[in-house]
Amino acid sequence: MQTKQTLVALVENKPGVLNRVASLFRRRNFNIDSLTVGRTESPERSRMTIVVDAGADQVAKHLYKLVNVIQVENVSTVPNVSRDLALIKVHVDADTRGQVIQLCDIFRAHIVDTSSRAMIVEVTGDEEKINSMVEMLRPLGILEMVRTGVVAMARGDDVLAPPDYEARRPASNGHRASVL
Amino acid sequence: MKLTGAEIILECLLREGVEVMYGYPGGAILPTYDAMTKYPQIRHVLVRHEQGAAHMADGYARATGKVGVAIATSGPGATNLVTGIATAMMDSSPIVCITGQVPTGAIGTDAFQETDVTGVTLPVTKHNYLVYDVEDLAYTIREAFHIARTGRPGPVLIDIPKDVQNAVTEFVYPEEEPVLPGYRPPQEATEEQIRAALELIERAERPVILAGHGVIMSGASREVLEYAEKTQTPIALTLLGKGGVPETHPLSLGMMGMHGTGHANLAIQHADLLLAFGMRFDDRVTGNLKTYAPHAKKIHIDIDPSEIHKNVRADVPIVGDLRAVLRQLNPHVKPQEHREWWAQIRDWMEDADERDIIHWDAGERLFAAHVIRDMWQATGGNAVIVTDVGQHQMWEAQYYPHERPHTLITSGGLGTMGFGLPAAIGASMGLKSSNVWAIVGDGGFQMTMTELGTAAQERVPIKICIINNGYLGMVRQWQEFFYEERYNATPMHNPDFVKLADAYGIPARRVTRRQDVIPTIEWAAGIDDGPVLIDFVVEKHDIVYPMVPAGADLHNMIRRPIEGK
Repeated sequence: MQTKQTLVALVENKPGVLNRVASLFRRRNFNIDSLTVGRTESPERSRMTIVVDAGADQVAKHLYKLVNVIQVENVSTVPNVSRDLALIKVHVDADTRGQVIQLCDIFRAHIVDTSSRAMIVEVTGDEEKINSMVEMLRPLGILEMVRTGVVAMARGDDVLAPPDYEARRPASNGHRASVL
Repeated sequence: MKLTGAEIILECLLREGVEVMYGYPGGAILPTYDAMTKYPQIRHVLVRHEQGAAHMADGYARATGKVGVAIATSGPGATNLVTGIATAMMDSSPIVCITGQVPTGAIGTDAFQETDVTGVTLPVTKHNYLVYDVEDLAYTIREAFHIARTGRPGPVLIDIPKDVQNAVTEFVYPEEEPVLPGYRPPQEATEEQIRAALELIERAERPVILAGHGVIMSGASREVLEYAEKTQTPIALTLLGKGGVPETHPLSLGMMGMHGTGHANLAIQHADLLLAFGMRFDDRVTGNLKTYAPHAKKIHIDIDPSEIHKNVRADVPIVGDLRAVLRQLNPHVKPQEHREWWAQIRDWMEDADERDIIHWDAGERLFAAHVIRDMWQATGGNAVIVTDVGQHQMWEAQYYPHERPHTLITSGGLGTMGFGLPAAIGASMGLKSSNVWAIVGDGGFQMTMTELGTAAQERVPIKICIINNGYLGMVRQWQEFFYEERYNATPMHNPDFVKLADAYGIPARRVTRRQDVIPTIEWAAGIDDGPVLIDFVVEKHDIVYPMVPAGADLHNMIRRPIEGK
């Protein structure tokens, strides 16, 4: 099984949690394709989207062993929405400026900055869409590119949330309670 | 009640039932050491090196089933604990380590004796904490003990900056069991899993039980025996599984794996069903995975979901506490006999018996195997044995049958040389017993023999038996087999261990002849007001047989040649 799988992990919003997850992947020799972290609907939790090359089950089981990991879901096994965002700085001149604008139209991308010899294109979509946009722009000369990595969410009514969790601990001090 | 952080630490330890802690003071943990003077109920044992503290806590935990506690200062104090923590991690031993840290304001500045201890220990702890605020201290300690002792147990470290130890706050002990959103109690087997297991069991003609550490940790000895007796299934043990079922039981095959018995390994390779009870298919147990138990279906019961399918694919995986799962399974199991299977196994046993050095006339030679068998006889098989790592450890496993859980304490997963002496100190103190015997090699012993000082100062009545062959014997054995007898860096020039013991005021004797073994053991057994040491000077070039070379097929054992043939 060498197909990419997307895991979503709800984790406690505490210092060091990203380090624990990253250390786990290195220690167990799990290859990950991308890892994104961000805030959620609750200030007590962060959410990671992890794309793995193989062995999603084993990765999930090891994630569960981390005390700060609350819930893990393999969203590849259910209908899902997955999005990647790219900022691409592409070389332009008088001849190619129009081509870029046209491509942005087709891909529903935005031009967010423009100068005499370059444009920054912002494009959002699943990985494949961004890959093909990149391929179209490549011949024009990509000067710089950054991608956020995939974030994903299962479609429908089901919600990824911790099971009946009520914090019994005193609230942590505000200045320590953020950042992974 | 207003208390300092240091006092809160000790209040919490008291409430966790801690009676002894092993440690070494230093700058960043001094507030806690000072507070200890107000808590004489908790005995503090001053070690000679922090590694000893971690192993003592580990030995205490393995002997008693309770959480062991080690305490050290920041920086070097904490990093010295690491080997002991990693040892506890690999063998799922519940310990809590408390380390001092530089004050919160100094963290990250490369302050004197500063180390990122939570960073260093992250991969070798079940969980760890850096406590920034004295308000968080009490529930953090409560959580740490809870995590250490529940589920698959393991080491937990709490790093506590000096200013947090000094800060004062209202002490409120969190009485309720901690609720951790990402920490789940063990599961039970589903009906479907039980049905699937029963189906394999009923069809099996050549089953073997692989009994691991989980049998002991979940207290499932009775349930495993019940299953085995009902179905006449032979039981092979892992090293850490020894004691889980009585080894003199007729269904026992002894230890499996690299230095396991020939009949246990052959039975596994010919089996059509393996029942893996609380074991994790370590490479020292399986040999070459590609040829491992090729005809066998596998039922794998383990408390840790990540062990399922890790090395060996299970046909029926069951995640849960072994005792609970067997209690679900056993009532549905029908009696079996497996006569043909046992006839085959008995053939293998006879062959193993013929090769066994235990029947040799040693003449003027003293073999380690004989020393250990004599020790078994002289102690009535009732001693708690703590070993170090190496040849002597394997001979112990082969020649000292254990009858009860928690009577063999040994570093299996990490294979930590230096474990034996300090772990024996912890075990003896935990059990309040003078029947704890440390069997150590001359190599491993010298890694932590500094703890002779601790044993002497605390008058811990352990029996230290050095199996002294003047070599790093296990490494030498590999050099003999696999490196054309180039004995590089394995011969050892040793001190006179009897004189060394004498320097600490520890009574000691040397044994070089078989006939002196039992009388000397009996002499040592009679000393119960402090440690005693015996230096057994054994054959230099003996080899642990059988041996499955690393990565070889489990049935391809190097067997001991039959003497005279």
